[in-house]
Amino acid sequence: MSRFGSTTMWKKLYAWLDERLGLNDLYKATLDRPEPRGNWWNTLGSASLFLFLLQGATGIFLTVYYTPSPDHAYDSITYIMNGVAFGWLIRGIHHWGSSLMVLIVFIHMLRVFVTASYKYPRELTWLIGVGLLLLTMGMGFTGYLLPWNQKAYWATTVGTAIAGSVPVVGEFIMKVLRGSSDLSALTLSRFFSAHIWMLPAALAGLIGVHLYLIIKHGESEFPGRDD
Amino acid sequence: MAGSHHGSAVGYHHISRRDFIKLTTVALGSLMGAVIGLPAIGYLVDPALKAGGKEAWIPLGPLEKFEVGKPTPVTFIRSKVNGWEKTANSYGVFVLRKSDAPTDVMVLSNRCTHLSCRVNWKEEQQAYLCPCHDAAFDINGAVLGGPPPRPLDKYAGENLKVEDGVVHIFFAEG
Repeated sequence: MSRFGSTTMWKKLYAWLDERLGLNDLYKATLDRPEPRGNWWNTLGSASLFLFLLQGATGIFLTVYYTPSPDHAYDSITYIMNGVAFGWLIRGIHHWGSSLMVLIVFIHMLRVFVTASYKYPRELTWLIGVGLLLLTMGMGFTGYLLPWNQKAYWATTVGTAIAGSVPVVGEFIMKVLRGSSDLSALTLSRFFSAHIWMLPAALAGLIGVHLYLIIKHGESEFPGRDD
Repeated sequence: MAGSHHGSAVGYHHISRRDFIKLTTVALGSLMGAVIGLPAIGYLVDPALKAGGKEAWIPLGPLEKFEVGKPTPVTFIRSKVNGWEKTANSYGVFVLRKSDAPTDVMVLSNRCTHLSCRVNWKEEQQAYLCPCHDAAFDINGAVLGGPPPRPLDKYAGENLKVEDGVVHIFFAEG
């Protein structure tokens, strides 16, 4: 590390912090753990995590101007795009990042399936991953309504109507999703709440468990000829 | 990037693969952080950089409309756009012609200098009275009594003109 010009003072400070926080152990466990020989397909989990953090950061910034009310949702987004410095960039990253995240998470799942990494002792890692995939799609579904334009409105009308086609309880599920019998202010505000609080909280929690399990079990070897 | 001064144990001074990866990660990470972080700061502070009040000359009406020696209230509305929200604010002034001379005009804001209530001209008391805390100002805006810290705001000099017989004030939004 002396290569990067650290002085004795910084070393002392680091040692003091390390003694109390266990930084070295943390670094070894998360970033310096032994890996089986892999390839670029093994990086998709990290890519998903990066996209989750990126979506989180840009999403937090979007809430500075976005207003989840039918009166102002569309206008506030128009303002973000045309009125605020770099608003187009922040929203652009969030918009394209969402599609990319669904894509990357899905390919990540395919990789795990193809390399049979879901088998013992990683069954729970896989199951939690399924939960993460569903939550990611939930994020995509709820976020799609927030611009409150025609496309968003009708996509959500159709999406919630599909839930309504479930026998017996469908009508009830649809009303719960919409907060009312039609799309309304209640739908927008509950989708917003789900999009920025409930789903991200669930995602963050499950990502934590997912990562813990990956660190605990290590990455799986690719199956060989005899497997 | 040959680190000869480090006196590497190996004969030649290539940067190690591990250090190269570390360096690249830090460099790319910082670049990505800057690309997102710097615009994000601009995004946050943007409204503060733009918030300059609008300025305009406001016509208050022709001189004939104002009786000499008696303050006449005039109100006007200014609209303001904040983000996606447009608001209309009402403002009021008193126009007083002190004599027949077309330039002998005084315009006072009707906003009490204490806590911004609207003052009213009371002819019988010859004073501007504030309904909120009993402030009183004389016909020239000077404080007669009550809590106000300073006289009523005055449109005079560069902020006041009479053009083609119409009184104008230069209004700058706060």
